[in-house]
Amino acid sequence: MTDATAPLATEGRIESLAERQRRRWRIVVALRIIVFVLLVGGWELGVRAGWLDSFFFGQPSAIVDKLIDWIHNGTAIGPLWKQVWVTIYEAGAGFLIGAALGVLFGITLGRNQLLSDVFSIYIKIANSIPRIVMGSIFIVALGLGSPSKIALAVVMVFFVVFGNAFQGVREADKNLIANARILGASNWQVTRAVILPSALSWILASLHVSFGFALIGAIVGEFLGAREGMGLLIASAQGSFDSNGVFAAMIVIAVVALCAEWILTTIEKRLLTWRPEVSSAGE
Amino acid sequence: MAAASAVALKNVARRFVTPSGDVLSALEGFDLTVAPGEFCAIVGPTGCGKSTTLGLVSGLAQPQGGTVTLFDAPVTGVDRRVGFVFQQDAVFPWRDVLGNVMAGPLFRGVPRAKAEAEARDWIARVGLTGFEQHHPHQLSGGMRKRVALAQTFINKPEVLLMDEPFSALDVQTRELMQEELLSLWAQSGAAVLFVTHDLDEAILLADRVAVLTTRPARVKSVHTIDLPRPRNIATLRYDERFVAIARRLSDDLRDEVLRARREATA
Repeated sequence: MTDATAPLATEGRIESLAERQRRRWRIVVALRIIVFVLLVGGWELGVRAGWLDSFFFGQPSAIVDKLIDWIHNGTAIGPLWKQVWVTIYEAGAGFLIGAALGVLFGITLGRNQLLSDVFSIYIKIANSIPRIVMGSIFIVALGLGSPSKIALAVVMVFFVVFGNAFQGVREADKNLIANARILGASNWQVTRAVILPSALSWILASLHVSFGFALIGAIVGEFLGAREGMGLLIASAQGSFDSNGVFAAMIVIAVVALCAEWILTTIEKRLLTWRPEVSSAGE
Repeated sequence: MAAASAVALKNVARRFVTPSGDVLSALEGFDLTVAPGEFCAIVGPTGCGKSTTLGLVSGLAQPQGGTVTLFDAPVTGVDRRVGFVFQQDAVFPWRDVLGNVMAGPLFRGVPRAKAEAEARDWIARVGLTGFEQHHPHQLSGGMRKRVALAQTFINKPEVLLMDEPFSALDVQTRELMQEELLSLWAQSGAAVLFVTHDLDEAILLADRVAVLTTRPARVKSVHTIDLPRPRNIATLRYDERFVAIARRLSDDLRDEVLRARREATA
């Protein structure tokens, strides 16, 4: 350390800059809380004042009561944790299978021009079918249990991950591939040492979106016909005109989705340590 | 039996089909020979097909006409005796320095422990000791080039292809890297084919400099650089012998550059 660097005036300015950033952050948090209070408070007030019909729109306090009731006494179709677990299991299994298949097919077709020319048209056709409709077929074919929901989640996830993995392979740096080949890499070693790592950031980006899709697949599958799960819970709340129940189930599902998102972000950070820090504003 | 030439291109043609369906000729009737252990530089107008020659020698691309040989045997694919230093960064960004340098031996089936020992030795030789665990984005451009050199030299190439390897570096770093390259090359005894647009660099480094014509590229002339070795890059620049050679080559090259410009504007 030399004493000639960093004059005091600059140091003071840096400190005040950090202070300003902290203050701005506190204001953002405060504003967020105010928005939340206004929205939820307005909703609650609107219902109490009779401007909103709680029969259709529910009521925040009643939703909280419903959640507490579900946690303590269980739901109409069984204990709450069981429903949550079934949906997580179906979405998770569908996500893992769909992502694995998507990566496998994406990399294979990305690496092989002939295969990609032959299959690209079929994948385009399959992708254009509204995949949710497949749920009905799976329930007929696989029954009311988990397999039909997992199948629907797989179909939802596969195309997203496949598309990204394929693109990731195609975007791999030609120089890096040439370098690996000169250094002595076989085709398989090029795939493992260059293609996979460079497609990884594309694949990971698709995983964020596709866990949401897996959850949609599982819940819609349960909606269409099931014996347990969050989708069935929503369907039964809907059947008894219980809008608070629908909202409460929505909150539970949102918590699941946010947890999954957090886990995926953690994995992504672990896998992509080699990338330069991206300076992001805010969070 | 010693081979007469490390690299030989005879009457080579390389043509591309443009998206509009035209045939673009990058090389036509191209002849060049590099002796074992010789340092040969290729200079020429921009976009004339200098890099194309390296692609053909490396086996990454095939010629449409003529023959390309390595040690008198035709090139059929990527050859284990060839090393290639690219213009852009081609080190693997997801591997640390150690992982990058030991990549070659690992690809070639050397046991991990031996590859790692060799890699540490080469990292020390290019002056990167202490940076083994750094990833490329944490290094400067010059340091990344050192990684690329270690990555290439660890495979003990007998033919070293270099495609404007130092063109992205600042002047001081480039000078250091040129010195570094000369000392690595002197120890290795490899034949070098060095593509550059920088005439000074070509003269400072090479035994012979080939000047190419505009597209389609042929070898216009080959100049022997009889400056004594070992060379001191920093001072040689101001040596009058260097200046005389530079003047001669620069006149030769200027004709081609002017012709290229006339054709481009015509």
